[in-house]
Amino acid sequence: MQPDIFQLRQRQSALFFVLLSGLTYGAILLTNYDVVQGLTAIPRAFVWATANFIPDDEAWQRLPRILDKLRETVLMAISSATVASALGLAVALLGATTTRPHPWFSPPARAIASVFRNIDVSAWALILLFSFGQSAITGYFALFFVTFGFIVRVMIETIDEIGTESVEALRATGAGYLAIITQSVIPACLPQLISWVLYMIETNIRSATLVGILTGTGIGFSFDLYYKSLNYSSASLVVLVIVVAVLLIEALSNAIRRAVL
Amino acid sequence: MTLPEPARRIRVRPLTRANLSIQATLIGLTLLTVYSFTTFDSRNIELEQAVRDMFDNFRLLLLEPRLKNVSVLEMLHQLFVTAGLGLLTTIFGAIIAFFLGLLAAQNLAPRWLTDVIRGGTAFIRAVPTVLWVLFFAVSVGLGSVAAIIGMTFHSAGYLIKAYSESFEEIEPGVLEALRASGANWWQTIFQAVVPASASALLSWTFVRFEINFSTAIAMGATAGAGGIGFDMFMASGFYLDLRELGAFTYAILAFAIALEWGATRLKANLGPQRH
Amino acid sequence: MALLQVEALTKRYGGETLALDNITFDVEPGEFVGIIGPSGAGKSTLLRCVNRLVDISSGDVRFDGVSVPTLRGAALRRQRTRIGMIFQHYNLVNRLSVIENVLHGRLGYKGTIQGILGLYTEEEKRDAARIIESLGLSEQMYKRCDQLSGGQKQRVGIARALVQQPKMLLCDEPIASLDPNAAKIIMDTLSDINRTTGITILVNLHQVDVALRYARRIIGINRGRLVYDGEPERLSNEQIYQIYGSEAGDLILDLRERYAA
Repeated sequence: MQPDIFQLRQRQSALFFVLLSGLTYGAILLTNYDVVQGLTAIPRAFVWATANFIPDDEAWQRLPRILDKLRETVLMAISSATVASALGLAVALLGATTTRPHPWFSPPARAIASVFRNIDVSAWALILLFSFGQSAITGYFALFFVTFGFIVRVMIETIDEIGTESVEALRATGAGYLAIITQSVIPACLPQLISWVLYMIETNIRSATLVGILTGTGIGFSFDLYYKSLNYSSASLVVLVIVVAVLLIEALSNAIRRAVL
Repeated sequence: MTLPEPARRIRVRPLTRANLSIQATLIGLTLLTVYSFTTFDSRNIELEQAVRDMFDNFRLLLLEPRLKNVSVLEMLHQLFVTAGLGLLTTIFGAIIAFFLGLLAAQNLAPRWLTDVIRGGTAFIRAVPTVLWVLFFAVSVGLGSVAAIIGMTFHSAGYLIKAYSESFEEIEPGVLEALRASGANWWQTIFQAVVPASASALLSWTFVRFEINFSTAIAMGATAGAGGIGFDMFMASGFYLDLRELGAFTYAILAFAIALEWGATRLKANLGPQRH
Repeated sequence: MALLQVEALTKRYGGETLALDNITFDVEPGEFVGIIGPSGAGKSTLLRCVNRLVDISSGDVRFDGVSVPTLRGAALRRQRTRIGMIFQHYNLVNRLSVIENVLHGRLGYKGTIQGILGLYTEEEKRDAARIIESLGLSEQMYKRCDQLSGGQKQRVGIARALVQQPKMLLCDEPIASLDPNAAKIIMDTLSDINRTTGITILVNLHQVDVALRYARRIIGINRGRLVYDGEPERLSNEQIYQIYGSEAGDLILDLRERYAA
């Protein structure tokens, strides 16, 4: 008898959902998650927010100081992403199948990228605290390492995807290695690279807030300060400022992406 | 005597909008980077010495890891708590995102509704996860409940965008054919939209699981979510024990690389996907 | 003296698969040679052994009196500048303009710094513009290559090879991705170049009828072995069977009769 494909598929999806439910239940037990409390907390939090999580006059007076911290955080996000991407591109060129000087370069390049991006930015911050203490440099390097690992990985893929054919053609003309890189591979990959840098800047601004809580710098520190001193109206203004900044930068980078690609 | 060549130089790179934008972006990024270095606050730090320390610390961290304040079993337990946080928030986020994603897809829902949902999710995504968690912690206290709700918010925001874009990539003809045959909205969804986009949804969900695992570490370190992130925070800030931190780092690295490997396998099995 | 001498050329991939098996032939200056054979016969590998995009396992290839197999570094690049290559997929940098892609053909003549910076002399640019015009692409000169049709892209590929001022052109399936009209334009162009400038042309084709119409000498390859070398007029049905195997041979003979009629 021919196996019924519909029945088979149904059985597969049923199994999938049973397995998923089991995992979910296990995770609820493991994390001590109180489902009822979780559901009721959401409306409670928003009711509380409408009364207390709104900037008052006192908070607005702090706006210049908050904006100054925001500037610090945004600049850190941009410069760490930019420098890490430049270095990441160089390592990706060494690691990509199309452009590597020797096959031996690929495994270490990929391994380095993997280690850097698979250690979370908060873990990097905790590690770097030992060397740089509670300072902006700790955060800078944490963002830098994660961005670097990410860019190496995506640029290796990009180079191998769009570079292979033109590299062969330029080798056939007798062009040197560096000329092939600067005249063909980089112009071909630059729009993609810019798109990824912008993406990492967006990500880094959010991460910088988190890292700032750990390292006592930037806008994350401002939030932590007000939050811990129970000054919720000022804390809410910090959130508002971050949201506006992130949305503005997203809009700007989308405009750049459209123009560049 | 020969006359000089006509002075008209031939341009090589045309001044197109794309070329100009690329140059402007590169120059802008460079200037902002240089400017940020000049304003960098590094007063209290001997940078050279600190960088040397960093390499010494890395050596200690990577080459001499060992546990002291917790046992191996305890560490694995905390690792699984963190993974559980990531899993729960991914599943909750995915369920919410599936329904709202349908309503945010322009080929499935009216324009005013997609605009409202997209605006809302853009806001949700713009708030860093840690702030969501701390926000909910005011009502329920620091702990797994606040962490899970807060992380679920951000996951849902991310997945709604990803899912709705996947739904929009379905060929219009498929939807048209089903509508023409008299299928109602839910029938169209489950007979055409879900099967056609299932692999994309699965792929995005797995990517989000990777992100949520990382976020769960961070929430343990900064927002009282527990798990291995909290242990790392203690090793770093309280015990000042680099070698124990090294052991934890290896644990999260191994788990994250396993997840990444799984995601790559999944993508390869599901056929070509966007990043 | 022969421009190209191929002697007992053998190429193995990974020590096992034999891609080219003991191939010997000479090409005189100014010849137009069509290389035919089923796909996977080794035609592409043969061309790539001539400009050493592929390393040679054993045997000798001499171009213009220089032995190719042992060339390295600068000497290899100098040799490649004198051999232009044209590809099935054009191998252009799609994001760059036509003239930028054409000028890539000059990179082999440049020093390291000039090559990295892409500094071309006015003379080179005028030369490139003249070649672009002669191929009927002057209106497209500043267009991006991804805006061109397949036939136009292939003409850019030809222009890039011509600015090298080569003695020989290697054409690897130049019309396999083109519609019949564009294919005819490309083959006519190659034929013109061969007649008016005397540049030697080696072209891989899998369409026998095109090869018979344009080439003045046919080389047939099957499974890495040279099975025919001579005038197109003398190519017999048995030999076509030998090159293509019996079933494909039937199909090709069919077509041939239809064209003849």
